[in-house]
Amino acid sequence: MQIRTSALAGTMESSDIMVRIEPSDAEGIELALESSVIQQYGKQIEKVMRQALSELGVTSARVSAVDKGALDCTVRARVLCAAYRAAERDDFTWEVGV
Amino acid sequence: MRRLRRSMLFVPGNNPGMIRDAYIYGSDSIMFDLEDSVSIHEKDAARFLVYNALTTIDYGDKELVVRINDLGSGLGLADLEAIVRARPDVIRLPKTDSAEDVLQCEREIARIEREAGIPLGQTGMMAAIETANGVLHAYEIATSSKRLIGIALGAEDYVTDLKTVRSDGTELFFARNMILNAARAAQIDAVDTVFSDVNDEEGFLAEARLIKQLGFNGKSVLNPRQIAPLHAVFMPSEKDLAKARAVVEALEEAKQRGSGVASLNGKMIDKPVAMRAQYLIELAEAGKPATMGEGV
Repeated sequence: MQIRTSALAGTMESSDIMVRIEPSDAEGIELALESSVIQQYGKQIEKVMRQALSELGVTSARVSAVDKGALDCTVRARVLCAAYRAAERDDFTWEVGV
Repeated sequence: MRRLRRSMLFVPGNNPGMIRDAYIYGSDSIMFDLEDSVSIHEKDAARFLVYNALTTIDYGDKELVVRINDLGSGLGLADLEAIVRARPDVIRLPKTDSAEDVLQCEREIARIEREAGIPLGQTGMMAAIETANGVLHAYEIATSSKRLIGIALGAEDYVTDLKTVRSDGTELFFARNMILNAARAAQIDAVDTVFSDVNDEEGFLAEARLIKQLGFNGKSVLNPRQIAPLHAVFMPSEKDLAKARAVVEALEEAKQRGSGVASLNGKMIDKPVAMRAQYLIELAEAGKPATMGEGV
């Protein structure tokens, strides 16, 4: 999936995460994360973010996020939303839940 | 045991904190909202958030309901594509004016179930009636689909349609009775509208008592603070409960004797009395946690 423009998803409210995704000239995901719980959960948040981008086939982007204690499912939802907005697409494939 | 729907807590679909905490407040149902509580620019974000919450968070035995945008808005179909696959118990359809509104939604749900390999018919539906036109078609709506578990009154839009405002409930008398009678005739649940002023506890209690007396199963609630008082209203009195237990015991005793007829204090227990007794006991059982600090 190609990132075409800069897009945001999420808020700065407690339990949320604000994610910005922008096009990048270079290959790879450049990720900058701020979080009040970065020592405890920084690696996990980054893992969830990279996983979501990888599933979408995003291989080149600049991503920045400010976390306010979001659950993994919130992190994932905000990354997916920001990526689709940045790709200017709305054809997400919803998997069936268990 | 039937599912009780005394309280249906509205949770704004784009609020991760409320989505995370929704199950702790003790409502019978949790209703994630993609409609009025989500701004037009955040509909996609709320869809992603509610879908990911439903497929990840364990809400225990709570009934999970999602209010979608109406199909005519151009947003409802995208909501269904996501939400049916997240497998909530119920999809709540807003602004239902006719049986065709329900059937149109049902056709889309059935198509998505087939495409996704979800057992056909697994997704329940609930129709919210929010206009004068909808109220006049309440019975037709209530009987339109086997998926319907209930119909609900949405009063804010309804009073606007009537060209009045909400007051002591006089303005809702006709709609409540139409919706309740339609639901009962269709043998589904009837859920009352929200009480918007969360600081008016007396007003809320008066309305809760009124709708319980009319026969509603419960109410939609906007604030978790309204749950415990609402459940308390639905809690049977000790006297009624003792009577209900005596009825059930007498029925059990008659059954063991092999007798088809049960009586209590010389009076025959007929079917409606037995059904009411059973419902009261279920309400009392469900109300137990409320006395142990449930709700806020």
